[in-house]
Amino acid sequence: MADAVFLALTVITIGSAIAALELRSLIYGSIALMGTLGGIAGFFFLLDSPFVALFQLAVYVGSIAVLILFTVMLVRRELIFKNIEDRRRKFAGLALMLVTMVALGAVFLDSGIKTITTDEPAAEFRDIGMSFVTYYWPALILMALILAGSVTGSLVLAKREDVENDQRTS
Amino acid sequence: MTNELVDFTLVSVALLGIGIYGLAVKRNFIRMLFAVEIIINAANLNIVAFGRYLSHAAGESLALFSIAIAAAEVGVGLSLIIVAYRMYQNVDIADFRSLKG
Repeated sequence: MADAVFLALTVITIGSAIAALELRSLIYGSIALMGTLGGIAGFFFLLDSPFVALFQLAVYVGSIAVLILFTVMLVRRELIFKNIEDRRRKFAGLALMLVTMVALGAVFLDSGIKTITTDEPAAEFRDIGMSFVTYYWPALILMALILAGSVTGSLVLAKREDVENDQRTS
Repeated sequence: MTNELVDFTLVSVALLGIGIYGLAVKRNFIRMLFAVEIIINAANLNIVAFGRYLSHAAGESLALFSIAIAAAEVGVGLSLIIVAYRMYQNVDIADFRSLKG
């Protein structure tokens, strides 16, 4: 049975996930998204994975949420508060959500994972670091290249060509 | 451990449902990115939970890789939002029609 910390984290995570999608202002929505990401980090702490939890806090709450917040601030003011959706689509989306939740939940509750319990100690971060530099080193290098490529790609995409042309002519 | 694997899995299913709802209903590009983030986090939670209960360090390693790749994805997605906003002065995906046949 789940304990009180788990239930509190569940309420925070799911509540702020709904708030992130449904709050009228995109700025408050992105702050609510920070709540969801932080709640997931709390779940990682509960799962005895403090390394992943701190990574999640540093990468998601620390950088991605702030990046999203700054992008929202670049958008025009009336678009931040404008809510664009049709009613029929909303009901269809709600039905899709319920079908997904009920179907997957029924599958999980019916399967054998209810009997899985563990008493073994959690994996230490030394093991994770060791496996990163021994077994997973090609994946690590590939990930570094992907990150470098995506940062370069997003810089190239967001570059303003008109400003550069102005500077060239003057 | 007092919490069971199925609890974490059910939270992850709920987050996945919310993310699918947002992706299907919202027409705002930034909100759709929020929904994608929620789905990715549900997946990460599942990965770490299964790795913990099956007593394997690979779950945490995979979650770390997944978080890093998601960071790259968000960076590219946000710059696409900026480009699209500059072209159309809007974030409604119904307006982004230059690729429509």
